[in-house]
Amino acid sequence: MDNTNIKEFVARHIPEATFEENKQFLSATVEPSKLHGLLKALKENPETLFDYLFCITGADVQGKLMVIYHLESTTLKHQVVVKTGTPDRENPVFDSITDLFSGAELHENEIFDLFGIIFKGHPNLRRMFMPDDWKGYPLRKDYTDEVNIVELS
Amino acid sequence: MEENTKPMTAPETEEEYFINMGPQHPSTHGVLRLLVSLQGEIVKRLDPHLGYIHRGIEKMCEKDTYIQIIHLTDRMDYLSAHMNNEAVCLLVEDALEIEVPERVKYIRTIMAELQRLNSHQLWWATMGMDLGALTTFFYGLRDREKILDIFEETCGGRLLLSYNTPGGVMYDIHPNFQKRVKEFIKYFKERLPEYDQLLTGNVIFQERTKGIGRLTREEAVNYGVTGPSGRGSGFSCDIRKKFPYSAYPYVDFKEILGVDGDALSRYKVRMEEMWESMHIIEQLIDNIPEGPYTAKMKAVLKLPAGEYFQRVETARGELGVYVISDGNKTPYRMKFRSPNMCNLSALDHISRGAKIADLVAIGASFDFVIPDIDR
Repeated sequence: MDNTNIKEFVARHIPEATFEENKQFLSATVEPSKLHGLLKALKENPETLFDYLFCITGADVQGKLMVIYHLESTTLKHQVVVKTGTPDRENPVFDSITDLFSGAELHENEIFDLFGIIFKGHPNLRRMFMPDDWKGYPLRKDYTDEVNIVELS
Repeated sequence: MEENTKPMTAPETEEEYFINMGPQHPSTHGVLRLLVSLQGEIVKRLDPHLGYIHRGIEKMCEKDTYIQIIHLTDRMDYLSAHMNNEAVCLLVEDALEIEVPERVKYIRTIMAELQRLNSHQLWWATMGMDLGALTTFFYGLRDREKILDIFEETCGGRLLLSYNTPGGVMYDIHPNFQKRVKEFIKYFKERLPEYDQLLTGNVIFQERTKGIGRLTREEAVNYGVTGPSGRGSGFSCDIRKKFPYSAYPYVDFKEILGVDGDALSRYKVRMEEMWESMHIIEQLIDNIPEGPYTAKMKAVLKLPAGEYFQRVETARGELGVYVISDGNKTPYRMKFRSPNMCNLSALDHISRGAKIADLVAIGASFDFVIPDIDR
């Protein structure tokens, strides 16, 4: 499937999805509530078969907490990027996709640890790198730490 | 059977008990702590606890320029330092649309394959040691030393090379480089069969690894297990074949795939990969084209606003570098898709039901480098 077909496929499932294309990937941005359904469809539909999730990234872009999924099909060799984000910084909740992709478990733990995004349905959500009693989420852009981060210049 | 995925807080039955393997256990090859639930000596489940060597590299990257970032990437997977550097350089070159000289492509590929050989030698040395064959450690390190000497002569560094820069390499290769590499290949071709005689055919070794830690192809894809560990299960995931970069399009080499998906299969894939690496180097070493060793670069590199993703094959699997740039000289967000973390995620699943001693064999067959998991 080429990018146009994948775009049609995603638009058929989620009509309000927005698309972007750069020279590497087609990316689709969807609402957090639609994400799990879309990834399930992308993984299980015989036309798409996106079975290999090669990267999950958390990001804090323009005040929005985002999660970015990079998917590839090992049989059909196509790739797609799915993005989702929320402006809610107090209680950002996304659906966990560990039931679809087992490898997502540690990635989601990492994103919870560094961005404070809660994944509903994750079997064991906990601080992965930072100490359990750490305050704040270090990779958020508004994170400040007067003790450990010294600003030069 | 439904797998128990509840958080490991306290033992559930009277027979079950928890032990910590690591963070100072020699067979975890670094500061990895595995909380293991045991019944007798059977592993019921385990939970990796990480962060003992977390340095916040992704956070540091947001303050650093792309040239500074290269020096941080050495310190992730230190046995694939060259490939980590290369990933960042390829990403920057791709974003700025810089064509690197042919000479650079050849040098990078030879260096990367030497690095892969060196990494696999150390893996072989420590895998034997983990399973009680201490001799392998001396054999492996003896041969690895020769590669490190070649690195030292050209790059100045032995472990953390920082030899790549965006647009090229830091210095030209040493005049002795080609001669010494050819000498090494000749030497190691005689030594590698010794490795097989010493360990591969050994009955105790076979008993300890055959059928242990079985991972099917579907599971490998689902967990994102890549590199020799994924290929041991038959998952064709070699980035050098899928998205060739540097001089890989010019060379002929095989992607080694295993069938069984057990520890022995992963072992065999790595052993075969060493032959393939030597084969790649042999094809390139006499044909390094003349020319400059770096392209003309600006002093300050600013990536155009946008998103970039670069995938390379390190000695342990697929390294992905993802950059969101806002047009400044530092990235807005930089993410490293570390191969080791994805490989680690499968460890709980495949070691269930194995004996605690097998856990050591499984861990050794995955070849973890902990600083790459923690970053």
